Amino acid sequence: MFRFFGRPLGLPQNDVRTSITKVGEMNLFAGIGKIIIGTYRQVVDVFALLFDTIAWLVMGPSKHKSVKREGIFHQAVFVGVGSLAIVFFVSLFTGVVIAMQSAYQLGKFGANIYVAPMVAVSLARELAPVLTALVVAGRVGAAIAAELGTMKVSEQIEALETIALNPVRYLVVPRFLALLIMLPCLTIFADMMGIFGGFLVGVFNLKLDPHRYITFTFQYMMWKDVWTGIVKSVVFAIIISMVGCYMGLGTKGGAEGVGKATTLSVVTSFILIILFDCILTGVFFFANQ
Amino acid sequence: MMEPEIVIKADNVVKSFGDRTILDGISLEIYKGETFVIMGGSGCGKSTFLRHVIGSLKPDSGKIFLLGKDLSKIDENEMDKVRMKIGMCFQSSALFDSMTVGDNVSIGLREHTKLDKSVIDIVVKMKLEMVGLRGFENLMPSALSGGMRKRVGLARAISMDPEIVFYDEPTAGLDPIVAGVIDKLIVDLSKKLNITSVVVTHDMKSVFSIADRVAMFYEGKVLEIGTPEEMKRSKNPMIQQFTSGSPDGPIRFFQQKDDYLERLVA
Ligand SMILES: Nc1ncnc2c1ncn2[C@@H]1O[C@H](COP(=O)(O)OP(=O)(O)OP(=O)(O)O)[C@@H](O)[C@H]1O
Ligand SMILES: [Mg+2]
Repeated sequence: MFRFFGRPLGLPQNDVRTSITKVGEMNLFAGIGKIIIGTYRQVVDVFALLFDTIAWLVMGPSKHKSVKREGIFHQAVFVGVGSLAIVFFVSLFTGVVIAMQSAYQLGKFGANIYVAPMVAVSLARELAPVLTALVVAGRVGAAIAAELGTMKVSEQIEALETIALNPVRYLVVPRFLALLIMLPCLTIFADMMGIFGGFLVGVFNLKLDPHRYITFTFQYMMWKDVWTGIVKSVVFAIIISMVGCYMGLGTKGGAEGVGKATTLSVVTSFILIILFDCILTGVFFFANQ
Repeated sequence: MMEPEIVIKADNVVKSFGDRTILDGISLEIYKGETFVIMGGSGCGKSTFLRHVIGSLKPDSGKIFLLGKDLSKIDENEMDKVRMKIGMCFQSSALFDSMTVGDNVSIGLREHTKLDKSVIDIVVKMKLEMVGLRGFENLMPSALSGGMRKRVGLARAISMDPEIVFYDEPTAGLDPIVAGVIDKLIVDLSKKLNITSVVVTHDMKSVFSIADRVAMFYEGKVLEIGTPEEMKRSKNPMIQQFTSGSPDGPIRFFQQKDDYLERLVA
């Protein structure tokens, strides 16, 4: 347990960026090997950070070192309330677009009413969790990396440790918890707003009966569709918070380093979100057979 | 007379960053209640040495004892207990810029004690008063000048009434009057409350007014340790050059002419 506790800075020591920049100096295979080893170490470090975070969450209270409520609340407001507007627009228009695109296909068979389940199921299973996660990764993940990165380069993290406050407990855990709670909530909100967007198209453009539209939606959308989406959003919350915190705490080299950490955190989160979406969809798909 | 109690002991501490050796075998002992000054040229590893003593960097080899504990042997929990007894005033202030000045000073008390908020408020006022910043509690650090930030950092360092306080260039960038006040504060803390002070400074005037003993660092080594008087009388030409601040002497700031030419054409 507490892998990070042993390290004085509690911070990742290696950096894939350095391994990439050095590739030019050596032969190709050594370069590829170096990148693979660097990436492997980073993955190990991120998992160490995750276990450390969970250890603080679980063990902290029994040692009278629980995480302050105000900190979590503050972060939850930033993640949740602050993202409402952008999630609203993204999911509403996604719902509208899915409705129109599927009406284009379904209309040929005179099956316009199936637009309702089409919108609901594709949003709940796939689009709401993924789009919400991407939006939040761009907004919150970047903010986490930039904030922690600035604290790192201006010695604030070191100052925190000198006051005997563990950066993981004090900075990482509240952000982790806030995302873990708020991202699923935002996903459910996105589900509703997307369905509402589809409903607008169905009723005003396709002239479907509103009552029938809603009946069809809930007839075909299963609980399973919703909770698989929620499971995805929980995994995405872990990805966004861990990548953001890891990149932030590992920042080196002034303002430029903070910029790099922020960019890298967004790019890495995006890739991992899509990758894990693929994996989880596969798992749910094959588990169902 | 009794043997003075040793609170900090560094034993042959070596540290390299990449292929540059920054600390090259530092050994020294600091006694309880004294004001110990570390001098040395810019970039010679003074801040790096302090970072090792407060446990935020680990030496490549060698040992550091802080308040009787071997830092390489204790775990993070014990380290935190030791950290509660020390205060650090960072060269760059390192204030938490998401918090007000008052919260910066009170963070240790809020997190580690069960004191009532009203008591903490009074302590914060007192500490800010000591550094001449009473009434600035509600400002954000970004609204302060560099010297004011430094003084808030100092108030934060002494907020938990530590046994040892480390000051990394506490008077750099302050006007002479405030610098004098800070020097007096350091002396008062150590004489009245028997606090051990470790001060990194370039300011020769404050060295002679506060120091019980002085260590001179040069190229990662301790050149000499002694009282300020001993340093003044030292035969070592490097120390003489440093105390008088002369550009000519054994410590070269510029490369030799032929060196420079060689490097240019290399
Ligand atoms: N994290 C680091 N990585 C690489 N090099 C470092 C690191 N920290 C310090 N150094 C190097 O160590 C040397 C000593 O730095 P340090 O900050 O200890 O100097 P200093 O004696 O405090 O100087 P000053 O009086 O200017 O504050 C410098 O040359 C610096 O480049
Ligand atoms: Mg320094």
